[in-house]
Amino acid sequence: MTGAAALALASHWRRHPLQLFTLLAGLALATALWSAVQAVNAEARAAYARAAEQLGAAGYDRLESRSGAFMDVAAYVALRRAGWQVTPVLEGRMRLGPDRVTVVGIDPLTHPSLPALDEAAGRVQPGELLGPRGLLLADAGTAARIRARPDLPPVVEVEQIPPDTIITDIGLAERLLGLPGRVSRLLILPDQPQGIPPLTEIAPALERIDAAARSDMARLTDSFQLNLTAFGLLSFAVGLFIVHGTTGLAFEQRRPVFRTLRALGLPARRLTVLALAEMVLFATLAGGAGLVLGYLVAAALLPGVAATLGGIYGVPAPGSLTLRPEWIAGGMGMSLAGALLAGAQALWRLRRLPILAAPGQHAWGLAAARTDLALGAGGLALIAAGGLAMVLLDGLIAGFALLAGLMLGAALLLPPILGLILRLPLPRRAGAPDDPLAEWFRADMRAQLPGLSLALMALLLALAANIGVGTMVASFRLTFTSWLDQRLVSELYVTARDDAQGAQIARWLRPRVDAVLPIRAVELRAAGQPVFVHGIIDHPVYRDNWPLLDAAPGAWERLARGEGVLISEQLARRSGKWTGARLALGPGWERIVLGVYADYGNPTGQAMVSMEDLLEHARNVPNRRFGIRVAPERVPELIGALRAAFDLPAGALIDQAALKARSLEIFERTFVITGALNILTLGVAGFAILTSLLTLWSMRLPQLAPLWALGITRRRLMRLEILRSVALAGLTAMLALPLGLVLARVLLSVINVEAFGWRLPMHLFPLDWLRLLLLALAAAAVAAAIPARRLTGVPPSDLLKVFANER
Amino acid sequence: MLLTIDNVTKSWPGETAVPVLRGASLALAAGETLALTGESGSGKSTLLHLVAALDVFDSGEITIDGTALSGLDEAGRAALRRERVALVFQQFNLIPTLTVGQNLAFHARLAGRVDRDWIDRLTGRLGLGALIRRYPEQLSGGQQQRVAIGRALAMRPALLLADEPTGNLDEDSSDAVLDLMLELVAETGAALLLVTHSPRIAARLERRAHLAGGKIG
Repeated sequence: MTGAAALALASHWRRHPLQLFTLLAGLALATALWSAVQAVNAEARAAYARAAEQLGAAGYDRLESRSGAFMDVAAYVALRRAGWQVTPVLEGRMRLGPDRVTVVGIDPLTHPSLPALDEAAGRVQPGELLGPRGLLLADAGTAARIRARPDLPPVVEVEQIPPDTIITDIGLAERLLGLPGRVSRLLILPDQPQGIPPLTEIAPALERIDAAARSDMARLTDSFQLNLTAFGLLSFAVGLFIVHGTTGLAFEQRRPVFRTLRALGLPARRLTVLALAEMVLFATLAGGAGLVLGYLVAAALLPGVAATLGGIYGVPAPGSLTLRPEWIAGGMGMSLAGALLAGAQALWRLRRLPILAAPGQHAWGLAAARTDLALGAGGLALIAAGGLAMVLLDGLIAGFALLAGLMLGAALLLPPILGLILRLPLPRRAGAPDDPLAEWFRADMRAQLPGLSLALMALLLALAANIGVGTMVASFRLTFTSWLDQRLVSELYVTARDDAQGAQIARWLRPRVDAVLPIRAVELRAAGQPVFVHGIIDHPVYRDNWPLLDAAPGAWERLARGEGVLISEQLARRSGKWTGARLALGPGWERIVLGVYADYGNPTGQAMVSMEDLLEHARNVPNRRFGIRVAPERVPELIGALRAAFDLPAGALIDQAALKARSLEIFERTFVITGALNILTLGVAGFAILTSLLTLWSMRLPQLAPLWALGITRRRLMRLEILRSVALAGLTAMLALPLGLVLARVLLSVINVEAFGWRLPMHLFPLDWLRLLLLALAAAAVAAAIPARRLTGVPPSDLLKVFANER
Repeated sequence: MLLTIDNVTKSWPGETAVPVLRGASLALAAGETLALTGESGSGKSTLLHLVAALDVFDSGEITIDGTALSGLDEAGRAALRRERVALVFQQFNLIPTLTVGQNLAFHARLAGRVDRDWIDRLTGRLGLGALIRRYPEQLSGGQQQRVAIGRALAMRPALLLADEPTGNLDEDSSDAVLDLMLELVAETGAALLLVTHSPRIAARLERRAHLAGGKIG
């Protein structure tokens, strides 16, 4: 009995291969995009874990300053004297060539075993690390860059060190970073002696952090990965719309078969189990295909992700893609869960299907009204839930919950809103001829809405995401470029080989240019996060050009007197310290916040103090970089003169335009993945429309044939079919616009603030919307034209079958 | 003659073509009613579809009110259906998304011949007054067929073609629908060509013709 029933069920798919393809393709696409994002995230996490292990940070509890600033070496000495078995680590970043590298200073005598030290053991004696010149350990790429700097100590190549990272003795690290007597953290070694005094007695300013706490790198890139996950989920949801639509259609088409099977004695439970088994089989097949596709998409995305993570966040970039068992299991699980979720309604209806009830009992108009009411109520409830989440929850999760509520709620509201629009009376000129086709066209569009609504919802989500993310990125770009114009005021930027040459260049330049502005900074920890503290000289160029978001009266004058600090917006938001608050930059170095300035595109916090203040607390800050104010037309001549006088390499002299280009390049890299996922989501939505129209096509012919019989040509019907699809896509695009703008507002005012720490003004780009609208209309026209073109080729005999008495 | 069918042949294409009509001929004057009978598969519906310009014949000629169908392209055939010929099918083929009232007026509006009084009278005669705002799926089979007849006659066609119009109805409904159709056809002065396999229904019309072996006897 079961075999025969299974055969009857499977025969549907043999007769409808396109529908089967749609179902499998929708599920495979959903799985692929979700799995691709998961694969990329897994590689990034694996890269952080590998780096943490290679740097010896994994597996040990640590002590850090409660204020988040560097601790003084005195705290370390006090703990050792009290019997605590701890080892110091100093970590910071220094410039090496055009980029920055991470310097990790350790005490080789007390630090636990490090993979890099073990690897270098045969070639390096522990004493060499501690010698007067010192020794640097780095991977081949970083080692080559170190060798190009004769002022740096010798380097030994070690494979087991992450890229852009140097490990060395802590004393040498202090010199390289210009941070004498500073410690980032203390690793707590195992086997602590009995009866040591508690931490609160010896060093109350420190706190113990559990080894299991997530690394700085993981926290730093949280927002980036959450963004990717949100996009993955959106794509998955759009894919599921396709699956849900197809399973619903297959259910309707197989309803007579289900009834016949039940009438022939197949129990309802057995029928449901068979349908469930069929779905599991499809989910397995589509999941496998989705994983292969997902692997390919992930491989294509990974270089962009690596560029973003490495270039923007300065964390180790994920390497090549590896097949992880948990990734395969996760992908198959999502495929199965997605298929069951999308098919749940069909299964539920199948379980409750009465044998004798006639199909189509409910009047079309009444059923549509009831469905619209349910969808409308569900949509409003979801939007309200999103708003409530924003009130009750905090942080990024609240922002994403609001977005999810808004997007899904708006998707559910789409069919009732479209239905309402299509019911609005058309304006008609007095005396204009009565057009019955226009009346049919509108009524038919309303009737087709249930069949197309899932694809239109997918289109709405994809278009709104495009408008929202596009507006966010474009607003960001516009703000960023105008901000760059304000901030990069110097016409030329010079980097000397070392401090001595820096001093010579500054002396040489002073009589020849309008101003020489030293660029000196040190990386510290303040408020629990890395912060670059810049020292600036008292010069009107800063107060004239530096845009302040918030400032105390006389902020620049007080800064010049060393009375306070100006901090970047992201540091202010993350630390909660605004104008008037006090900020600890290090032991004995606490300053009042005099103002907050915008610092877009920089994930790391930044602060500005007077040059005297900086040098008082960080004496060895390199003095190698300068901004030079000079008449723009004199820049080429000055570059030539500087090269001739100081034998500077090409990269040491950068004019303003080149620096802006480099900043913009970094900016563009940040959104490369967002752009790729945006296009993929739109592609899936276009595919959803195409598959919906293709699967609906078999039901469409009996609806069009009577019109043909009443004298409407097939060509005209084809044009009307395309027009219907374009009109629905156009209306959807119109509704996607306000939703996209709300999305952009949430991204700019909530998500960006939480993720990056800056709030941006919103700009509107109507030309971009027009381009997207045309793209959506074109996609809808093409999707409709593929099945509609068949109408012109359908032989009359096929159309006549609709009227055949023996059909 | 309003309708002339002259030696029309039609075959279904395939590896070996299957002939359906082998030289069928018939003439029908304005206002006449004729029942075309024949066995299942004899080609009755095929001939009706050819007269309605829904399909094209292989040879011979069909002329309606002086217009030869062989000379019409698809647009011309569509115009003929829209303006001069009306059809009633066994499966009703109403437009499910339009109300009864909209369905009734639909063909007349397509033809550009809306006569509101006539449509109102038709609605009353067909007993559809209370159903005007309903959708087709809310009606019984007999009610749907009355709407289909009303739609066809609302545009005052010269020729009404009906393909087993009562085939889906029980005997009582069938008689009632046929009575109405014949009354209204007589009132409009249209000619009626009705395809049926029922001798009982055929007997109600003025003329009868039998199709067998691809020819009309």
